[in-house]
Amino acid sequence: MHRMRLLIPWYPRVPLRTESLYFARWSSTGPPEQRGLMRFSTAEAAAKTGPPGRLREKTLTMATLNPQVKAVEYAVRGPIVIKAGDIERGLQQGVKQPFTEVIKANIGDSHAMGQQPITFVRQVVALCCFPELMDSPAFPEDAKQRARRILQDCGGQSLGAYSASQGVDCVRQDIAEYITQRDRGVPSDWNDVYLTTGASDGIMSILKLLVSGEGRSRTGVMIPIPQYPLYSAAISELEAVHINYYLDEANCWALDIEELHRAYLTAKQHCKPRVLCIINPGNPTGQVQSKKCIEDVLHFAYEENLFVMADEVYQDNVYSSDFQFHSFKKVLYEMGPKYFNNVELASFHSTSKGYTGECGFRGGYMEVLNMDPQVKAQLIKLLSVRLCPPVSGQAAMDVIVNPPKEHEPSYAQFTKEKSSILDALAHKARLTEQILNSVPGIKCNPVQGAMYAFPQIFIPPQAIQEAQALSLAPDMLYCLKLLEETGICVVPGSGFGQKEGTYHFRMTILPTPEKLKVLLQKLKEFHLRFLEKYSQQEAQMTSSSQQMSKQPD
Amino acid sequence: MAAARMQLLSTRNVGILSRGWLTGDGPRVRSLTSPPLCPSPGRALSSVSATRCGLPKERMSENGVSPRAKVLTVDTMNPTVKKVEYAVRGPIVQRAVELEKELSEGIKKPFAEVIKANIGDAHAMVSFFPLYSHTSFYFKVLALCSYPELLNDSRFPEDAKSRARRILQSCGGNSLGSYSASQGIESVRQDVARYIEQRDGGVPCDPDNIYLTTGASDGIVTMLKLLVCGKGATRTGVMISIPQYPLYSAALAELGAVQVNYYLNEEKCWSMDISELRRALDEARRHCNPRALCIINPGNPTGQVQSRQCIEDVIRFAAKERLFLMADEVYQDNVYAEGCQFHSFKKVLFEMGPEYSNTVELASFHSTSKCYMGECGFRGGYMEIINMDEEVKSQLTKLVSVRLCPPVPGQALMDLVVNPPRPGEPSYDNFMRERTATLSALAEKAKLTEQVLNTVQGISCNPVQGAMYSFPCITIPEKAIKEATDKGQQPDMFYCMKMLEETGICLVPGSGFGQKDGTYHFRYTTHDYNILG
Repeated sequence: MHRMRLLIPWYPRVPLRTESLYFARWSSTGPPEQRGLMRFSTAEAAAKTGPPGRLREKTLTMATLNPQVKAVEYAVRGPIVIKAGDIERGLQQGVKQPFTEVIKANIGDSHAMGQQPITFVRQVVALCCFPELMDSPAFPEDAKQRARRILQDCGGQSLGAYSASQGVDCVRQDIAEYITQRDRGVPSDWNDVYLTTGASDGIMSILKLLVSGEGRSRTGVMIPIPQYPLYSAAISELEAVHINYYLDEANCWALDIEELHRAYLTAKQHCKPRVLCIINPGNPTGQVQSKKCIEDVLHFAYEENLFVMADEVYQDNVYSSDFQFHSFKKVLYEMGPKYFNNVELASFHSTSKGYTGECGFRGGYMEVLNMDPQVKAQLIKLLSVRLCPPVSGQAAMDVIVNPPKEHEPSYAQFTKEKSSILDALAHKARLTEQILNSVPGIKCNPVQGAMYAFPQIFIPPQAIQEAQALSLAPDMLYCLKLLEETGICVVPGSGFGQKEGTYHFRMTILPTPEKLKVLLQKLKEFHLRFLEKYSQQEAQMTSSSQQMSKQPD
Repeated sequence: MAAARMQLLSTRNVGILSRGWLTGDGPRVRSLTSPPLCPSPGRALSSVSATRCGLPKERMSENGVSPRAKVLTVDTMNPTVKKVEYAVRGPIVQRAVELEKELSEGIKKPFAEVIKANIGDAHAMVSFFPLYSHTSFYFKVLALCSYPELLNDSRFPEDAKSRARRILQSCGGNSLGSYSASQGIESVRQDVARYIEQRDGGVPCDPDNIYLTTGASDGIVTMLKLLVCGKGATRTGVMISIPQYPLYSAALAELGAVQVNYYLNEEKCWSMDISELRRALDEARRHCNPRALCIINPGNPTGQVQSRQCIEDVIRFAAKERLFLMADEVYQDNVYAEGCQFHSFKKVLFEMGPEYSNTVELASFHSTSKCYMGECGFRGGYMEIINMDEEVKSQLTKLVSVRLCPPVPGQALMDLVVNPPRPGEPSYDNFMRERTATLSALAEKAKLTEQVLNTVQGISCNPVQGAMYSFPCITIPEKAIKEATDKGQQPDMFYCMKMLEETGICLVPGSGFGQKDGTYHFRYTTHDYNILG
C-alpha cells in the first residue's frame, strides 16, 4: 500500500479543473475517508491513547493543504521519474528487469549524462573555495586572477559569506559587460542585473511581482504550449490565470503572432493579461526564433502593454548554422527608443545549460529593463528575504560570462572543451531527429537549439481506450510502458501541454552518442511493438498529421 | 531628499496616467484592486536608495518620447509582496552600503569604516576576528569536490579526500554540477539522519523524513506554504514569537496568512510563557484559524535557550490545540551560558511517549549558516519532518521538485557539518582546535557584549545564552521620540540611523523584529565586540 503510494505520489484526488489542461492525473482507489482511516491505522499508539472510536485528525491533511500547492504540477520530475528511480534502486538490489540500466532522458542534466565539466570553471570555483591553492603551480594564472577578483568582492574574502541580495558586485559588472558584448554594444547597466538561484528562481520572483487583482482583473500570464512546466507550476502556485498560446508544430514550432492575438483576446474576457512569456530557444520544442518573429512579439507586447519575460537559458545552444540566437534585448534596442525605453523586459540566463551544464550550482541571473524604480525597490526587498543566491553559483556564473580571453593561458583548452561539447550536441541533435523520423508513427521537428526533442507519436485508438480506462493520459501510458519495457525515462507531452488529440514526449539529446544510438534503437523497437500490440492495421502517420493540422479550439 | 520628493511626484504621475490609460482599455475594475498608496516609513526610505540607481532612466523617458504607463507599477504589483518587510536587510542596511561607497569615494565621515553588525554573517566579520577563521576542512573538501583532479594532490589530507569521493559518488556523473534529487542527495540525507540520532541520544531518524533545503529560510517558507489555506475567519493563522526573526513575518505577509503574535517575556530572560501562548491563541481564534506554532530556539534576536520543561509544555500545548510545530533550531550549536543546554524539540517529543511522538506534527530546521561553521554563502540546510500525512509529504516532494534541487555545493557542506572529522582521522585535531576556538570566542563575545552594554546608562541587556545576537532594551528620551514621530520614523529606527551616521555602526532597530509597545531595542551581532570599546 505504502509502496503503491510512493509510485503515484501526487496526483490522487486532485479535483479536475477545466482550465488546467493537459496533465495526466492518477486516479485513487476508494473514497478519501477510507484511505484516511487506513493511513491512521498505522499510528497504533494514537489509536490506543485517543478517546475510543475517535481518531486524531492531523493538522495538515490533503483537505487542509494550501489549494495552490495542490494545483502545482511539474512533470519533469513527476511520477514517471519517481518510478524510474524506484526501478533503478530495484536493479541495484538485483531485481530482474528486461534491461540492465535506466537511461534518464527526462531532464537537461548534462553532467549526469556524462558531460565533463569545463576545467576552467571548476578551477576558479576550487580556488574560491580554498584560496590556499592560489600558490599551487597546478592552477593557471588566469583562473587565479578570476578567483582573486571574485573573493575581493565577497565579505571576509570568502565564498562562505552572504553576498548582497542582488548578487556580488563584480559578478554583476561582468554580466553587464558580457551582455553588452553579446548584443554588439547595446548598453547594459549592472544595476539592472540580479543574480538568482538558477533561472527558475528569477522567473518565479518576477511572476510573483506581477500577480494581482481578483476575478476579471486577475493577472493573466501568456505561456507557449508546449511550455516548460515551471511556468504552469508557478502560475498555479501564485493563482494567476494561465493563458495558452500554441506553437505551430507544422511550422517547426514557430511562434505565430495571429495565435498570440487570438489567445490574448480570448483571455481578456475573463482576466487581465499582463505578462507574455517566451522561451527561446524553445523548451521542450527546440525551435530558435527568427529576428523578425521577435520583432513582431515585441511590437505586440508594446501595443497590448504586456510585460515580457524572455527565458534565454539556451542562448548558447543553437545547432544549425541556418539559425542564430537573437536576444530580446538586442532586438528591442534595434527597434528604436519608442520600444527600448518602454517595453518592460526581464530576460533570464543560467549556469545549468549552454556548454557548461552546471545545474547543481544553481547559478543564474536576470536582466530587468524599464522596471519602475519603486517596483525595483520592492523586488530587492523581496529577494533580500531569502538573503542571497548561493555564492558558489554566483562564482560559476561569473566564469561563464567572463571566460578566458585569447591571450590568456587557459584560452586554448577552454575553447577546445567548449567547442567539443557544442559540436557533440549539434551532432546528437541531428542524429535524434533523423532516427526518430525513420520510425513509422513518430514525427520529429528539427532540433534547432536547446537540449530536447519533442516528437509527435501516433497512439492507436485501442491504446487510448486502455489509458482512459486507467485514467491515464495516453502519452503517460506510452511513457510508462516505455520505461517498464526498456528502462528509458522520457516525459509525456501532456506534462508540457499539446494540442488536443496529439501526443508527444520530451527526451533530452544529452546521452553520449553511443548511448543515444542504443536509446533510439530501443525506442524504435518499442514503438513498433506498441503499434503492433494496439492496432490491427498499420499505423499511418498521415492520419495523425491530419489531426495535427487541425486548428486548436 | 530631493530625490525622494521627485520619486513621490513621479509615482503619482504614473498612477494617474495608468488609470487614465486603463479606462480607455476597458477594465474599470482595476481601480478597485489598486491598493491604497501608504508606504511605511521604512518603505519610503528604501525607495529613496533605489531611486538613485533608477534616476537617469527616469529622466530619459521624461525627456524622450511620451512617458507610457508601465505594466508593473507599485499600484498594480502583487499587494502581498508590498506587505513584506525585512528589516535585517532594510533601509538602514542600504544606507550603510551607501555610506561605504561614499567613504571609498573619499567623502569625509566621522568614522573610518562602516561596521555591519546587522546580520549574522560570521565570515564578513573575519577581518575583525582573526579567531573566527573559517573551518579549513570544509573548504578543502569543497575544493576537492569542485575540481576532482586535486584528489591526486598530496597536500590534501586523506579524510578530506574520502569525504569528497563519497559525496561525488552520490552525484550524477560524479559531478557537483548535476541536479540532485529534489529532496537532496540520498547519502547526505542518510548522514543527516545518523547525526540527528546521535544528537538526540538514539531517538530514531528516518532519512525519508529529511529534506535538504537552500538555507533554513527556504525550508521554513516551504512548510508555511503548505499550511496556508482558508478565507476570512478560516484563514490559516501562524503563531510567531515577538521579537521574531523577520523571515517569519515576511513569509506570512507574502503568503497572506494571519500573523499571530505571542510575546516573549523580557523580564524573564526572554523566556516563553504558556499562559501568553494561550492568550494569543484564544484571541486569534476569533478571527482566524491558528494552525501552526513557530519557535526559534536558541532565540533570534533574543538569544535565550529554552529549558527542557518549557519545550515539554509547548509540545503539550501544541498537541492539545492541534498546532503544527515548526522548530527553528539553526543555532543549536550556539549555546554559551552555563547551565543552559540545547534540547531538540524532537528529542523531547519522543521522550514524552507515543501519545505525543506518534501524533504531534513537527518540522525542525537546521542550516550550514550558523553555529561554528558560519558558511552562509553556500545556502545549505535541512529540515526533518515528523508525523506528516503521507499524501501531504508527496505534495511537499512535488513542490520542492519545481525548484529542481537545493544547491549541490551547499548539500556537500551540510554533509560535512553532520559528518565532521572523527578522532583518529588526520584532520581531527586541527578541526577541533578551530571549532573550539570559534565557539569559545563566540561565548566570550556573548558575555562581553552583555557586560559592556549593561554598564551603559539607559541600556539594559539580557544575558546572551545562545545564538549570535543581543537584543538590548534602550531608553529613548521623549524629545527624541517626538522628533522621530515628526519625521514619520519609528523611534528606534531614528536611533539606529543616528548611530549609523555618527559612528558607522550598522544595527537593526527592534521594530523590525517586533517588541512590546512603548519599548525600544536594537539587534546587534555579537561577533564584533570591538565596536563596544
